[in-house]
Amino acid sequence: MQQVAVAAALLTVVACKPPPDDRTSLSADAAERGKAVIERVSCGSCHAIPGIDWPRGGAAPSLEDFDDVGLIAGALPNTPGNLAAFVRDAPAAKPGSTMPPMPITAAEAEDVAAYLYGMNDE
Amino acid sequence: MNKGAASGIMEALWGWPPPVFDPAGPYASSVTTLAWVLLALGVAVTGIVIAALYVAIKGPERWRKKLGGEKAVWIGGIAFPAVVLTGLLIWGLALTASLTEPIRGREARVRVTGEMWWFRVEYLDPAGRVIVRDANELHLPLDRPVVLELRSADVVHSIWIPHLSGKMDMVPGRINQLRVEASRTGRFGGVCAEYCGGPHALMGFVTQVHEAADYDRWLAARAARQAQPVAAGATPGRPGAVVRDPAEPQRYDPALGWTLFRDTGCAACHRIAGTEANGLAGPDLTHVGSRLSLGAGILPNHRGTMIGWIADSQSIKPGNRMPSYDRLSAEELGHIAAFLEAQK
Ligand code: HEC
Ligand code: HEC
Ligand SMILES: [Cu+2]
Repeated sequence: MQQVAVAAALLTVVACKPPPDDRTSLSADAAERGKAVIERVSCGSCHAIPGIDWPRGGAAPSLEDFDDVGLIAGALPNTPGNLAAFVRDAPAAKPGSTMPPMPITAAEAEDVAAYLYGMNDE
Repeated sequence: MNKGAASGIMEALWGWPPPVFDPAGPYASSVTTLAWVLLALGVAVTGIVIAALYVAIKGPERWRKKLGGEKAVWIGGIAFPAVVLTGLLIWGLALTASLTEPIRGREARVRVTGEMWWFRVEYLDPAGRVIVRDANELHLPLDRPVVLELRSADVVHSIWIPHLSGKMDMVPGRINQLRVEASRTGRFGGVCAEYCGGPHALMGFVTQVHEAADYDRWLAARAARQAQPVAAGATPGRPGAVVRDPAEPQRYDPALGWTLFRDTGCAACHRIAGTEANGLAGPDLTHVGSRLSLGAGILPNHRGTMIGWIADSQSIKPGNRMPSYDRLSAEELGHIAAFLEAQK
């Protein structure tokens, strides 16, 4: 019985959380979600990424100093919009890019961009 | 699609309720009962010890004397544990005896072999002949018992799918049997539960439970694909399976991927049914395009992880027995990945 009560209490807490909105703010929430996306699709199988312990693959450039790069993949101005477009479908954003398209939605790509920008602020 | 990094392992060990207390079949249910009883006994004994400690420190003189007497040691230290542990052992063995019952009738049989550091999976027909070779995942029919024939190719491993059954060792030179049965469809994670060296912590797999009719169709389709004769020259795959992705016209060519796969030496370690690739040192890749994970239950399976794994599996799973192919160019990796994705 007590378990049920606890579960019900948890459920209300979850239900009270506001639904995720579509704002493209680089909020901590978005970065947190972005990190979860990076872990789910495992961007780490090609990149070493700050804050991601495993995996740290060596197939692609490390993103350790990514905050500071001027051009994304040496081609695109480093803006949130460009970054979101690039991490979702790199060959479309930068013709000829060898990073494959990733199975994430546009909203998830924005969260990923928020995480990548916030990485070294911690 | 895949839930995420380390998915098979995460699914086996995380979640609420904890997988051990969330059985999805009759064999796991008896293990769960045992787990609850052990937990309850553990709590009771801890309670008794705390009470005794309190009495020993703060209790009245007369009680403290009794607690320190010889009789208390005989009862609490010898008789109680002997009776409780013996009872528990007998009851526990009886409760879980069904997990290891030998084959009675026409149960499905699957041979699972522990390898450093992945699982070889072979589906057997009633006569014990291998009809489908696969790796790192187990497909099960709903509500039908399946007998796993457990072996090891090297050191001791142990297979554990907490939602479906108990834990059973895979011992070199022995065949152990373990029954699994699922009473709900879905995905359940599994792990190697015995330290087997190096990347043991990254040795997992995924179980997928299908409706019985779907399972029969699935197995028949796979068996047909596995029986495909070797066709020299042609790009392997299920007929019609090698289609170019319209979103990516001509960029990566599965046929070129096959040539690279063959000429780079992958075929020496990996088998793909119906081709000259017949290596046995690594997982069978005949169905790798529909594999639920890569790297033995640790990565989701998509173009990105496929390339990442081939290019640098040693960073992802340090010490595993496949070399990193950093000498392949990004284009070559793309062709190979496109080819492997078509192997459904
Ligand atoms: C198959 C391996 C692979 C995977 C998986 C992968 N990438 Fe990449 N990534 C690359 C390659 C290769 C480049 C270089 C691309 C180029 O120069 O066009 C790159 C470049 C990048 C860059 C630009 C780096 C720079 O210094 O300018 C970012 C940012 C990036 N990736 C983020 C991600 C994120 C986020 C994910 C997961 C959603 C991801 N990558 C998954 C291979 C991969
Ligand atoms: C020396 C033998 C060897 C060679 C050569 C080799 N592999 Fe592997 N491969 C393995 C082993 C062993 C594993 C399993 C690794 C593990 O999970 O511990 C594996 C795993 C894989 C997997 C993941 C399969 C799964 O179910 O998780 C893929 C994909 C793969 N190899 C592709 C390739 C390709 C492509 C090549 C050639 C470029 C290649 N392999 C060359 C031994 C080899
Ligand atoms: Cu192990």
